[in-house]
Amino acid sequence: MIRRLASVWHARNLEFLRDRGTLMFTLLLPLMLVVGMGFVFGGPPRPLFKVGVLAEQIDKATSPFLREQYVQFVATPDEPTALHKLTHQTLDLVVDLGANARYWVNTDSPKGYIVEKLLLAAVPGAQRQPVTGVAVRYVDWLFPGILGMNLMFSCLFGVGYVVVRYRKSGFLKRLHATPLSAFEFLGAQVLSRLAIIVTVTSILYFGIGTIIGFHSAGNVALLALLMIVGALSMIALGLTVAARFSSEELVGGVLNVLTWPMMLLSGVWFSLEDSPRWVQWVAHVFPLTHVLDGARAVMLDGAGLAQVAPHLLYLAATTLAFLAFGAWSFRWRID
Amino acid sequence: MDAPILEVRDLVKQYTAITAVAGVSFSVPQGMCFGLLGPNGAGKTTTIEIMEGILPATAGEVRYRGEPQGASFREEAGILFQKTALQDFLTVRQSIALFRGLYRSGLGVDEVLKLCALEALAGRDRRKLSGGQQQRLLLAIALVNDPAVLFLDEPTTGLDPQARRNFWDLVQSIKARHKTIILTTHYMEEAELLCDEVAIMDRGRIVAQGPPQRLLREHFAEVLLELPRQDFPPAARELPLQLLEASDRIEITTQDLEGTLRTLLAAHVPLTNLRIRPANLEDLFLALTGKELRP
Repeated sequence: MIRRLASVWHARNLEFLRDRGTLMFTLLLPLMLVVGMGFVFGGPPRPLFKVGVLAEQIDKATSPFLREQYVQFVATPDEPTALHKLTHQTLDLVVDLGANARYWVNTDSPKGYIVEKLLLAAVPGAQRQPVTGVAVRYVDWLFPGILGMNLMFSCLFGVGYVVVRYRKSGFLKRLHATPLSAFEFLGAQVLSRLAIIVTVTSILYFGIGTIIGFHSAGNVALLALLMIVGALSMIALGLTVAARFSSEELVGGVLNVLTWPMMLLSGVWFSLEDSPRWVQWVAHVFPLTHVLDGARAVMLDGAGLAQVAPHLLYLAATTLAFLAFGAWSFRWRID
Repeated sequence: MDAPILEVRDLVKQYTAITAVAGVSFSVPQGMCFGLLGPNGAGKTTTIEIMEGILPATAGEVRYRGEPQGASFREEAGILFQKTALQDFLTVRQSIALFRGLYRSGLGVDEVLKLCALEALAGRDRRKLSGGQQQRLLLAIALVNDPAVLFLDEPTTGLDPQARRNFWDLVQSIKARHKTIILTTHYMEEAELLCDEVAIMDRGRIVAQGPPQRLLREHFAEVLLELPRQDFPPAARELPLQLLEASDRIEITTQDLEGTLRTLLAAHVPLTNLRIRPANLEDLFLALTGKELRP
């Protein structure tokens, strides 16, 4: 039994090692994760709380509260901007440490509750101010991220593997012998996956929305449009990856290399406002970032078509670019 | 026969280290069943795939109805590849309907099902078909656009004798509809039964071409005697006979049957397992190339 097991083990290892493309992407992914996580989360210990200070600059001498450890103080002179960040939980507390100290706290934020205690210990007379507008819970902020992440995985892996399997089995070669064009084939794959995505995302939106008690601040039809264009962009990206490969393992490696950075850098789980500028720049190349930024703007802020139009245009442009490249580089058969 | 529907001119297919097709030319009149014969690696499949428009040629050209193959060729060609996978989870009817939807015109799905004797299997998952049934489904798909030219690349390889004969009956019924058929095979019986004309290929070249019976008449005025190799003593190889050595047998061609038998008896060659038969295309290939079609 051991000999048989060893024979199969050895042959499988040879197969894996000789498939250079798969090997490269299998090694590349963990390396990318290490480097990426290092950049995003590396450096000195991160502060536990983030407090907006209504001032042009932070002067630690003006208040003992500003000398607290593990609190990041951010100068935010514009009050409406600071309060908007507070309601979206990108700030835990906003303080005005002038003559009559006052502060605003998001009562739905556990961090806000604790940092409020710190403030009142350091500045006992600070007056709590009412927060206008609807406070956003973390789960509300996370909800678009979950929808977007599901969309990304379903689009990229759903079409990528199917096309490679068709090519490997020879089904694509058979289709090539008919009048079907590459663009028609790819278009059919896009529409088929889109129908699945729309159905699943609708179930998720209404199902989870009901469970967590979420109501979109903006137009649901606009949100649907954003999700559809975002799905089209990511399906087209998946088709581009699968355009010529014939190894599921290789395509799996390439798709992992695409999806992991998107999941970490597009703001699925947390805001990247504090990340280095280049990380934010890279994040804006990813279609998922535009899906999530647009979806959060509609769902949390009630943004209209004009506000999310740049995201829609970017997603539409990448859809066309990916599809055009995919059709151009498409191979019906294994070379 | 009518004017050529397909013409192949000086076709060459060069891969990095291999010349798969080395300058092949022939023409196929409308309504003919044309066979490309040869062993594995002779260049048959490469030639037929260039004719189908699936593979580009390195040099030479294929003309359809006197013109270079245009976009409309795929509307008018039916193809059965040597190996074809279909989409999973579809029934026989759904598989045919999928391909019917890819062509502007053609036969109805029910008509194709009837033509290929698949009516009783129409609702069955195509993955649950036997080898012969699977080939009939692939033939049905190749016929769904009512093609003017039908390409069959080794259509009966791997089928049991009964399924093979059933498939031949189907092809003959399609021939009767005046379809042009291009067939590759290494089964000589298949070629002799179905083909009006054959081109015998070896190492990317055509070594003989013409109607099977004419080729046999031209190359074999004699009868053929077959003896098992182990029955043929080494000393008998020196006899003044026309010998061809196959892997398991010795073949002797002769116009003087009685004289040859006397020579063999005088040399004490055991004749218990002797077979006397007319020459076939397999013998012709052996005579032309010194190799067997099926090693």
